[in-house]
Amino acid sequence: MLNKINQIRKTKFFIHFIKKPIAVTALIVISILFLGALFAPVIAPQNPYDMDKLDLANSLLPPIWMEGGQSPYLLGTDVQGRDIFSTILYGSRTSFLVGISVVVISGLLGGGIGLFAGYFGGIFDTVVMRTADTVLSFSKTLIAMLLLGVFRHSSIILVILAIVISDWVQYARTIRGEVLSVKEEEYVLASQAIGGTSLRTVFKHVLPNSVSPLLVVAAVDFGIAIMLEATLSFLGVGIPVTQPSLGMMISQGRNYLYAGKWWLIFFPGLTLMALVFSLNLISDWLRDEIDPKVKNI
Amino acid sequence: MGAFIGRRILQGIIVLLLVSFIAFIIFQYLGDPVMTLAGRYATQAQRAEVREALGLNKAFYVQYFNFLKNAFQGNFGMSYVTKVPVLNLILERLPASLELAIVAEAFAVILGISLGVFVSANPKNFASKFLMTGSLLGISLPTFLVGILLIYIFSIILGIMPTSGRGETVTILNFWRSGLLTFDGWRHIILPAFTLGMFQMALLFRITRGAMLEVLGAEYIRTAWAKGLKGKSVLFKHALRNALIPVITMVGLQFGQLIGFSIVTESIFQWPGAGNLLLNSMYESDFPVVATYVIIVALIVVMLNVLVDISYAFLNPKIRY
Repeated sequence: MLNKINQIRKTKFFIHFIKKPIAVTALIVISILFLGALFAPVIAPQNPYDMDKLDLANSLLPPIWMEGGQSPYLLGTDVQGRDIFSTILYGSRTSFLVGISVVVISGLLGGGIGLFAGYFGGIFDTVVMRTADTVLSFSKTLIAMLLLGVFRHSSIILVILAIVISDWVQYARTIRGEVLSVKEEEYVLASQAIGGTSLRTVFKHVLPNSVSPLLVVAAVDFGIAIMLEATLSFLGVGIPVTQPSLGMMISQGRNYLYAGKWWLIFFPGLTLMALVFSLNLISDWLRDEIDPKVKNI
Repeated sequence: MGAFIGRRILQGIIVLLLVSFIAFIIFQYLGDPVMTLAGRYATQAQRAEVREALGLNKAFYVQYFNFLKNAFQGNFGMSYVTKVPVLNLILERLPASLELAIVAEAFAVILGISLGVFVSANPKNFASKFLMTGSLLGISLPTFLVGILLIYIFSIILGIMPTSGRGETVTILNFWRSGLLTFDGWRHIILPAFTLGMFQMALLFRITRGAMLEVLGAEYIRTAWAKGLKGKSVLFKHALRNALIPVITMVGLQFGQLIGFSIVTESIFQWPGAGNLLLNSMYESDFPVVATYVIIVALIVVMLNVLVDISYAFLNPKIRY
């Protein structure tokens, strides 16, 4: 184990990472938010979705440092007397759950499809790429919203699926592009020449050499999926009202903003922004590390 | 060239057919059109009549064919809720949406590209570094949060901007209600257009910068410098022209994204556009409106894509068709 850690410490990747204070800060922010989400039931002073624990007498309390603020409501309460801090912890659980699921499912699905499309080419490749073009020209937000809005059922799984349905495309395109160049490399030709099966060639030689750009896509996509879930929930077609979501908190708090109750929106908004911004910073750094050529976008 | 354009148009038509098929399914099979149109208390005979009138008794492909035929003639059926022809409903709302989208896009393109050029020309400048981080923040902020933030700052705290609506409009050419011809209209469009355009601007800024940096390293740029050309001339005449190709493609491709985000923006600012109509129709299960919206958006997006492909081929002679 120690050996392993020492090995990691010597890699270029790690050294570059430590030298980049921004990327490190971003990772720390994400870790804190992730731990907060993971241990929400332990940390949160209140379970905001347990109706028995809510007291309307405590509704719309300001944050604790302001006049009228009460312990234990650190960041104040919403109209139903929910502790904002607790709701944010629970809401970011949803964000992480959706983000991770979308990235994993889209990554495997899109990565797999793109890998085979790129390696084998032919009609399958054409169909996949045309589908990808089509899906890309419509917006993910629009597609997910229409699906969820038209079927009128909402659950966290449906939200994930509605995002994945258009999200796998970018993984497919990215890896396909890589595969197209990798498959002309000599080691791939060698594997084919000594009679390796197509599957063996694809998984042992092509995949390991074309997978790294997917990391960059995944980091950006993580943030986009979280933003998309928040947007869908904000519009009322995402997570059901009985479950926590940062987007829904903002949507519900919006009406009280005009009355000066800024904390209903400010803290969930800040959390959402910190999360997505940190993810984008990390993806930016990853991009520079993995492929200095595409430093720009 | 002709074959290339032909193939692109053909692909566009295939996409439209696919989308129309999805729209047809939404239209015909989601919700219960018979119940909605005949009313809850209709007799068996009345229901049969409505079924017959809607053609629900015919074979599936006949129904789809009829749907297409009607769509071609601009007949998309009646809204379940308002009982008005759907197409009129959407066309009435479309100018508001298009004006918002165009102003947002114009703002994004002008600011995004000029900032991108500035940063690529002065990469070490403090302002450039600030802009780079700022643009990352720009693509990290969800549209709805930006909108709410702007309303809070400019409308509630400062009180200098209206919170919602389109303001005073003028009707031109008998059907287009425009808000761009009045001062009040412009006052109303600024916040929503900024909200909608910010993400695009940040994106275009980053792409322009990237494309410029790549082009600025090319041989012909070094030649241009070596010839002793002025900085402005090299930057705009030689570099920007070539850097613009990916940017223009992105502008065209991102228009679909813009439509998606415009629904969010319209909802926040209560903008009387087609996106807001779509949202309300979804809440009310008014499926004909949803189906028609899908088709119209697809039509706009596909046409734009074909145009982008064609202009791309014209701009870049290296592209083989």
